[in-house]
Amino acid sequence: MLLEINDIHVHYGKIAALKGISAEVDEGEIVTLIGANGAGKTTTLKTVSGLRPLTSGSIRFAGEDISKMPGHKRVLAGIGQSPEGRGVFPGMTVEENLLMGAYARRGNFSKELAEVYELFPRLAERKSQPGGTMSGGEQQMLAIGRALMAKPKVLLLDEPSMGLAPKLVQQIFSIIVEINRRGTTVLLVEQNASQALQIAHRAYVLETGRVVKSAPAADLLDDPQVRAAYLGGGAEAQVGAPAEETPRDAAEAGPASEEEAPRGGAATGEKTPPVAAPTRVEEDDESS
Amino acid sequence: MFSDFIHQFWPSTIDGLSLGAVYALVALGYTMVYGVLRLINFAHADIFMVGTFAAMWTVKTMGVSDLGGLALVGAILLSALVAGAVSGGGAVLLELLAYRPLRKRGASRLAALISAIGASIVIEQLFATIVVPQVFDLPKEKGKIAQAYHFVHRTDLIDIGPIKIANDRLIIFLGAIMIMIALDQFVNRTKLGRGIRATAQDPESAVLMGVNIDRVVTATFLVGGVMAGAAAALYYARFEEAWYFSGFLLGIKAFTAAVLGGIGNIRGALVGGVALGLFESYGSSLFGSQWKDVVAFSVLILVLMFRPTGILGESLQQARA
Repeated sequence: MLLEINDIHVHYGKIAALKGISAEVDEGEIVTLIGANGAGKTTTLKTVSGLRPLTSGSIRFAGEDISKMPGHKRVLAGIGQSPEGRGVFPGMTVEENLLMGAYARRGNFSKELAEVYELFPRLAERKSQPGGTMSGGEQQMLAIGRALMAKPKVLLLDEPSMGLAPKLVQQIFSIIVEINRRGTTVLLVEQNASQALQIAHRAYVLETGRVVKSAPAADLLDDPQVRAAYLGGGAEAQVGAPAEETPRDAAEAGPASEEEAPRGGAATGEKTPPVAAPTRVEEDDESS
Repeated sequence: MFSDFIHQFWPSTIDGLSLGAVYALVALGYTMVYGVLRLINFAHADIFMVGTFAAMWTVKTMGVSDLGGLALVGAILLSALVAGAVSGGGAVLLELLAYRPLRKRGASRLAALISAIGASIVIEQLFATIVVPQVFDLPKEKGKIAQAYHFVHRTDLIDIGPIKIANDRLIIFLGAIMIMIALDQFVNRTKLGRGIRATAQDPESAVLMGVNIDRVVTATFLVGGVMAGAAAALYYARFEEAWYFSGFLLGIKAFTAAVLGGIGNIRGALVGGVALGLFESYGSSLFGSQWKDVVAFSVLILVLMFRPTGILGESLQQARA
């Protein structure tokens, strides 16, 4: 296993955001974590990349226990992340942003730079534009390209489709498949579950800080409960049809951040069934 | 009143520029720490004050007096090096003792701010009660200005019609410019400089890039402290006095300069510093020197009323939100 997440608990103050998450990512896979706002997806990624400390549990990466490794060292170990909200450096140009991605490395990065520009021709056109003045889709490309500059073994992607038009979403997802095809393992967090399940090999369903289901992605696409809760509801849902996803995208693309989520998660608490009914998912969206 | 101003225009401009350059150097320390930690480091004023004593100590130890020409340049350079080292070290120590423990425990920004005020008082009183009487053998009375070591022989170096530039003013201004160029190179050309910029723009992303935030914070305090120390040596060359409380007003003015230029913005600190120096100097020649602070701070209020983010306010900050 490349990445093993072992019963991790994470707290924001006294509020538990993760209540014992276990997951594994094997080399070459695309694994996705799906779930509603506040399920703990972003917190899981941030804990893997070292931005959040563990309360208990452990994380092993490439055979090494990295639970106590400081965040800034995990990049060199091989963990690259495109964070939620993209985290582009607004005052740096596209190229400076990309070079920041190789900050931890030594040597010449022209090869990686060329590779990123080949994957994202749009970035090549805008080398000297400040990151802060780019559109949402361009910033997402920049964030992914920047993470690739570190030559990560595993690429953590946090909501790459957030706030993007359906056409751009398709484009970003096909690039993710291409990145994986070229040999980078991907751990993908998404609210756009149907898209994520279509490109992933395996998936974990998260619900208020716990894993409630894990299965090959294709199986989850057919799972009636998952369909009801995350794929736009019921039998009439045609998985993968962009027309059907658009309204959900719009509902989920709001500014709600998972940082605020533990409040909502704690409020809905333990009473919720393992896989929630569609109505509750909508409530969750409104409350955050 | 106005004829005084016309008559005094060139001397005021030159005074304003050289004083403004000193404000700018100190303002850079405020603005850089704010950029990285979103903290107003109120004890930065006292890091400057420590620098003035280090400069005085250097002059005292050299035992020189009445210097001019290249000897003066050398003496100021040496005192700037000593003061820069002392203030830089002091700033790093300040961060380690007063801010880092709070940061590691995830304390609020308000707690760090209170700690800054506390650290400021501690440094001042340490100097008033121990350093001034024991190291400099100067009177114990706290209010007394520790001034004793004069070393500058002032001459007009440049004399073109109404424009007369004294040697000390010129050295101060050129010295400050050189330090600013060095800072610009450091921030824009070095790896650590890029780390500082990245941390200021998005600390979490910076960690994801492999930036060691602790090292960035230490470097920021070190650079800010060195600049405050160098500024203190230039200030000492002009006023030849050191006082345990001298950081207070100068610190407020430098902080004002940082806000005036747009806090968090390095170029803003330069613009704000020079602008404040000029306002103060012109205000003093227009209304009399007792009014100079009134004029300077009134201009601050006016600027902030119309441009709340300062002259070069962080428009990028808004782009991010």
